[in-house]
Parts: sequence; structure tokens; C-alpha cells
Amino acid sequence: MEIPYTTEIRRDTGLYNAKVGIWLFLASEVMLFGALFSSYILLRVGAPEGFWPHGWLTVWLGTLNTIVLITSSITTVMAWASLKMGNFGKFKMFHAITLCCALAFLCIKSYEYHDKFIHNEITLKDGRIADGHVVKKTEEAVTIEGRFVKDRKDLFNLSTPFLGPPKYEEIEIKTADIATMSNYGPAHHTYNAIYFTLTGLHALHVIGGALVIFYLWAFGGKMWKTDPERFTNRVEISGLFWHFVDLVWIFLFPVLYLL
Amino acid sequence: MQATHAVPHTGIHEEHHGDAGFWRTYVFSTDHKVIGIQYGVTALAFLFFGFTLMLMMRWQIAHPSVPVPLVGPLLEKLLGSVASQGKISPDLYNSFGAMHGTIMVFLAIVPLAFAAFGNYVVPLMIGAPDMCFPRVNMASYQSYVIGGIIMMVSFFIPGGAAQAGWTSYSPLATSIATNGQTFWLVGMIFLITSSLLGAVNFIATIIQLRAPGMTWMRMPFFVWSQFVTAFLLLLAFPPLEAAGVMQLMDKVAHTSFFLPTGLAVGTLGHISGGGSPLLWQHLFWFLGHPEVYVLILPAMGIVAEVIANNTRKPIWGYKSLVYSALTIGFLSFIVWAHHMYLTGMGIRVATFFQTTTMIISIPSVIILTCMFLSLWGGSIRFNTPMLFVMAFLPMFGIGGLTGLPLGFNFSDLHLHDTYYVIAHFHYIVAPGTIFALFAGVYYWYPKMTGRMMNEFWGRVHFWLSLICMNLIFQPMFAQGMAGMIRRMSDGGANYTAAHNSATGAEVIGGLSDGLIRLHVFILWAAVCLGIAQIPFIINFFWSIKHGKPAGSDNPWQATTLEWQTPTPPPHGNFAKAPIVYRGPYEYSVPGHTADFTPQNEPDKA
Repeated sequence: MEIPYTTEIRRDTGLYNAKVGIWLFLASEVMLFGALFSSYILLRVGAPEGFWPHGWLTVWLGTLNTIVLITSSITTVMAWASLKMGNFGKFKMFHAITLCCALAFLCIKSYEYHDKFIHNEITLKDGRIADGHVVKKTEEAVTIEGRFVKDRKDLFNLSTPFLGPPKYEEIEIKTADIATMSNYGPAHHTYNAIYFTLTGLHALHVIGGALVIFYLWAFGGKMWKTDPERFTNRVEISGLFWHFVDLVWIFLFPVLYLL
Repeated sequence: MQATHAVPHTGIHEEHHGDAGFWRTYVFSTDHKVIGIQYGVTALAFLFFGFTLMLMMRWQIAHPSVPVPLVGPLLEKLLGSVASQGKISPDLYNSFGAMHGTIMVFLAIVPLAFAAFGNYVVPLMIGAPDMCFPRVNMASYQSYVIGGIIMMVSFFIPGGAAQAGWTSYSPLATSIATNGQTFWLVGMIFLITSSLLGAVNFIATIIQLRAPGMTWMRMPFFVWSQFVTAFLLLLAFPPLEAAGVMQLMDKVAHTSFFLPTGLAVGTLGHISGGGSPLLWQHLFWFLGHPEVYVLILPAMGIVAEVIANNTRKPIWGYKSLVYSALTIGFLSFIVWAHHMYLTGMGIRVATFFQTTTMIISIPSVIILTCMFLSLWGGSIRFNTPMLFVMAFLPMFGIGGLTGLPLGFNFSDLHLHDTYYVIAHFHYIVAPGTIFALFAGVYYWYPKMTGRMMNEFWGRVHFWLSLICMNLIFQPMFAQGMAGMIRRMSDGGANYTAAHNSATGAEVIGGLSDGLIRLHVFILWAAVCLGIAQIPFIINFFWSIKHGKPAGSDNPWQATTLEWQTPTPPPHGNFAKAPIVYRGPYEYSVPGHTADFTPQNEPDKA
């Protein structure tokens, strides 16, 4: 039994099956991320005045990741175009770059995650608030690279352009003086929660897409010889998904880093 | 009977799949028909299980804190302290309630209406050899089974299954200390994945694999209804998945997406706050309302097929049906907040959602009216599927009309969260959708097995079910209008006038004894409904081997393509690729010798 239109195009729709499938799937993905972005808006609008963070993420790292992903999108198109022109070697080269970009993106992202997990807000028993990255931690004391703030609100706006970055110094705090200590993980604030949820879900998509592209890149040679048209279609489909993942980041970057 | 001659008869055997072996043929099959039957049998099992949960709950409501007869000791053995002495504790009652809803909606009705019938019938109806993506189809079923297993396992973990209702409102769902909710959320993610894979497959199949000549307006209405349903699943489920992920984060990573600042209940000590409980409700009902149409549209599709076939005349207003189904699809995305009138929304927002809610009833009424008009002047064959369908019409009518007072916020404020609501949506789903599904089982059974189900026991099943359904749900309207609230493990005994007069206080609006006693009546009606299913279950299995042979590939003398195949259809479905020459319901065409003209019969001219 043969299922029609797996590679050839159906006349009245102008599409082959998998292309209809992937667009439908992407429509569903739009609704998934759309719901999360809507949640972001609701949480942000609902936050008390002055308690929605600005400048908690490093803009240049986000910019770098944006460039990395856009590059990977370009090479994805080039890889597919190379197959269309019958050049398997070039396909290999371009998708190798795509995969490197995916890896680079994930590395930068994990560095940023790690940065958040060692970043702590510490309330002392005398009411003062210390905030900074943990440098050393022993039984008796915690050393952070950070600062004391008078008002908790001061922690929420780090992007005041004219004051420059706040001054950080090494502070040692005795464990006995600590009332609460919370790192900048998902449980710290709803901003962190939506940040980790959105970027985490996005990172899962990056990993999924990269795995598919890697599979086609590493084991596609055989199919390219026997059924080149179908193989090219598969590369196109995986490419469409990759572009979507890229597009989600194009929205994530301004929403989480810049606004 | 002309059409069946054109197709070589390959006999009633299951050996069509070649030598793929048992596992590949029956368990890990990629054949849409096998997957459809897998879905169907699993979903029927879940339907029965969901029903038994409800029976135990009805016992608890009618006789609070009296050990459950028969199964009480077993419950205690299996579930431990929540069922000590065989009694249903309030915690267990909440678990059963939450899981009854979850199982019935996500594990029974949707898989049966959409996945089972859709998988089996849609490719046959459009003349396709299989679904577009057979392996994705298999993955869809497997994902469904995994989700179902996770839900079942959650009964046996410490503290038991989820307790916050099928709607899982936060912060309640997050603050209950057990892991039941976490299991529920993970299970739901698998079920959502399953429906996503199914929906993509259905839409792609209907767009791409229609046989030559099968234009959009020649598709049977059942295919249209599945097409719209698939879009609802595709676009409405992801927001619930997003909400599920966020609630999972609240449960596991201790975020506070849905937990407001200053909340101090249960185990929630140090939360950052700033979350919004309303956000969950919005995301949930954004799925929840289209889900209602996911439940009802495939049922309407089945009803249309059975009515056309048994009135022996074209369905009345085919185009109106199609456009109504499409309109329902669009509108169902903008009515969700009518589930939330009690959250204190502003007047303008409430007005918007009341307006859309009233508008969406119009296409539903059009569909029902077309069905009624189709009966007019037909020489109706009263077989079992037709009986179920005939009962569907008024039952769905009752369910739909009682929904109107819930759609207006002024009357909803009184009726919200009462037994009236329960009666309303069960009239839609139980004697509505489930009756249509029964009709579907009786109608397509000969195509799936080559044998008919027993007609006499089918009628017994029908009449008993119809009577019991009404005896169960009619009293609930009265209870609800008197103000009896849902989800009370003692059935409202706390609110009886008698109970409060014992303390000396005068109570306005206390529940009368008569209303409370109705619980006992409902319990026995439900038990009778359970007994009424026995003929169906026996009939279903017995007829596989011993039913009356269908006699031909087209025992109902139907026009649609699924009957123009060998029985049961082999792998690849059609002996010869069909070409479609006409619309789906050419019954009793003047001048033709037979009273039905199959879609793939060429014009004689």
C-alpha cells in the first residue's frame, strides 16, 4: 500500500502531506507560545508598581544568541537550497554550521542559567538586604560579589542609563545573620518563573530541532542516494521547524531582555 | 446493491495484514482501522471505569459515611486510609470527582468520538488508503495509553489522585499536599500530545487524501464534523498545555504563576507571590469551551449519517450543516469566559461573552433543526442505531436549552456551581454524545467485524438507558434550582433545613428533606443504568463471533464510501481506488431503481 502525495505534490492543494502536517503543527505551537506570552503580559501588568524587574539579564549575551540563531536559520535555508541544486557536500557543510550554532546557543543559555542560580538575594536578620553572586560558601559564612541595598525596590531596576552599573564588592555574611536566602531561580519572582519557563521550553525545542537536523545530517546519505526528493523534503520540513524555533527567540529576546 | 458487485469480496477474516505477526498487527499497528479499534476498546473501558467511580460517589452522596456495599473492603485494601472501613472519605470523594471528570472527558468521550470513530471511518469515507502519517497515528495512540496509565497509577500513590476537580483551579490544585496533581499534569501533557498528533493527522488526511471527485461539498457531514473538531483540538489544547506546564512549575519548582501574594494555605509557605489565579481559569476555559464542541460535533456527525441512512432521504440542509459546524468552530474560541461570571468580571466583558454565547447557540439550533427536518416525510427504519439517534435529538435539545440560563450572567449567578449545571452538561454529553456514540457502535459494527449486533438486546439497552438517564439527571435540575451546590461529599446534608434547626438558628434557603432524599432515588437510577449496560457489553463481545453475519459489504444500504469496501476492509482499504461521482446522501433519487446511489457509482448516461 502506498500513501499518495508523500513526495509528489497534490494538484489542488499544491502541497505534499508532510508540509501540511508541519504547518498545522506550527499553528499549534503558535498557540502554545502565544498562551505563555499572554501569561507574561498578564503577570507583568498585574505586578505591583516598581516590582517588575528591568535589566536582570545580560543584553549582550542575548544579542549574541540572537545572532547565533539567525545565522543558523540562514545556513538552514542554504542547506536546503544546496540539496535542491544537487550538492550534498554543501548541504553537509551548511548544516554542520547550523548544528554548531545550536550547540553555541545552548552553551550560552546554560551559562546564563548558571549565572541566575548562583545569584542570591539575602535578607539579614537586622533587616538589611544583600544581593550578589555567591563566590564562596562555607558552613559559617557566605561570600558574595555584590552590594547592600536600602530598599528592596532598588533591586528591580538595573537599567538606569545615566547612573551606570551599581558598585559591587566582596561581602562576607555570617550564616547566623541570614534570615532568608533565595537564588534567582524560577521560585524567586514571577519574572524568573516566566523567564525560565519560556526559555526552558524554547531550549527544549532547540534540542529537539537540533536532534532531527543531526539525524538527517549524519544518517541522510543513504536516503539521498535512493530517494533524493523525499530527503530534500525532510530537510525542508525540519528547516521550517527550525525557523519557527528561531522566530520564537526573536520574540523572546526583546520581551525578556530589553523591555 | 449494485455497488458491492464491483468490489471483489475478500471474506470476513483478519488475515489481510500479511505476515506482520501478532505484535505488528494488533499492538504496534500503523493501520488506521486497527488504531481506531484500539482507541475504541480502550475508551469504552475508560468510559465504564469513569461510570463506576460515579456510582461509588452517588452511594456516598445518598448515604454519607456508610461503607460502600460490595466494593468497600476492596477499596480499603487498594487505597488504604482514604477508604478506611470501606467508607469514602471526603478526600477520596474529591479524588473520584476529579478523576470522573478527567477520565470521562479526556480518556473516554474524546478518544471514542474523535480518535476511534474518526480513525476508523474518516479515511474510508474520503476514499483514502490510510491516514497521512500512519506512524504518527500509532504514536498518538501510544501517547494516549501512557497518559491513561499515569492517571490510573495516581490512584495508588500516597494521598491518592488529584482532588481539585477536572478543572484543577489554582491555588486549590497547587496547595493540596499530595502528588496527585503532579501526576494529573504529567498525564495531561501526554494526552494533549496524543490529541495534537491526532489532530494534525486528521486535518492533513482530509486535506490531502480525498479520493478523486471527493470535493469539499461532497464530503459526508461526519467528515466535516471531524475536520472542525480536529482544528479545535489543534488550537485550543496548547493553551491548556501551557497552563499545565506553569502549574507543574508551581507544584515542582515552587514558582507562583497562579498563586497571589500573601497566600498562606496548606504547604505553601515561602512563595514569591505575584501570580494570578484568574490566569489559570482563562487558560483552562480557553480549552474548556472548545472542548465542549469537541465532545458534541463528532456526535452530530454520527447522527447525520445514521439519520440519512435510516430515513432513506438526503439530509436536510447539508450546506447549512457544514457552515454551522464551521461557525461553531470559530465562535467556540470566544465564549470561554461564560464559565467565569462569578469571578467578578466587569459588565462590559460579561456583556461581550453573553453576546457571543447567545450567538453560538444559533448554529447549534440550526444543526438540530436540520436533523429534525430530515425526519419529515422519511420512511424511517427504527433499528437500534436510529433509536439512539432519535433519542439524541430531544436529549441534546434539553441539554442545550437548559444551557441558556447559564449563558446569561444574571441567572448564572444563582445557578453557578449547582446541580443544575451538572444536569445541564450531562444532558449534552451523556444522553447526547454517548447516545450518538452508541449509535455509531451499532451502526459501524458490521463494517468492523462483518457481523451485526443483536437487535433485540440493542433495543433493551436503548430503552433502559434512555429511561435511567432521565431519571438520573431530571431531579438534578430541581436540586440545583433549589440551590444545592456541587462537589459536596455529603450531598448537601450540612445544608438541610432540619440540620440547622437543630442548632436553633433559622436558615433561609436551607435544602428541604425532599431534595436530599432525591439522592437515594438518583443512586438507584444510576445503578439501573449500570445494569442496563450489561446487555450492551455482552452483545458487543458475543457478536464478534456469534452475531448474525452482515450478509454483504453494505448491510445498511448506505451511500457513503466506507460501505463500498470489502468487510472488514483490508490493509489499504479499497480493492480499487474509488472515484467519487456524487454527493454523500443520494437516497431515493427519483428514476433510480435502488433507493440509494453510492458515491462511487458512475452516472448511467
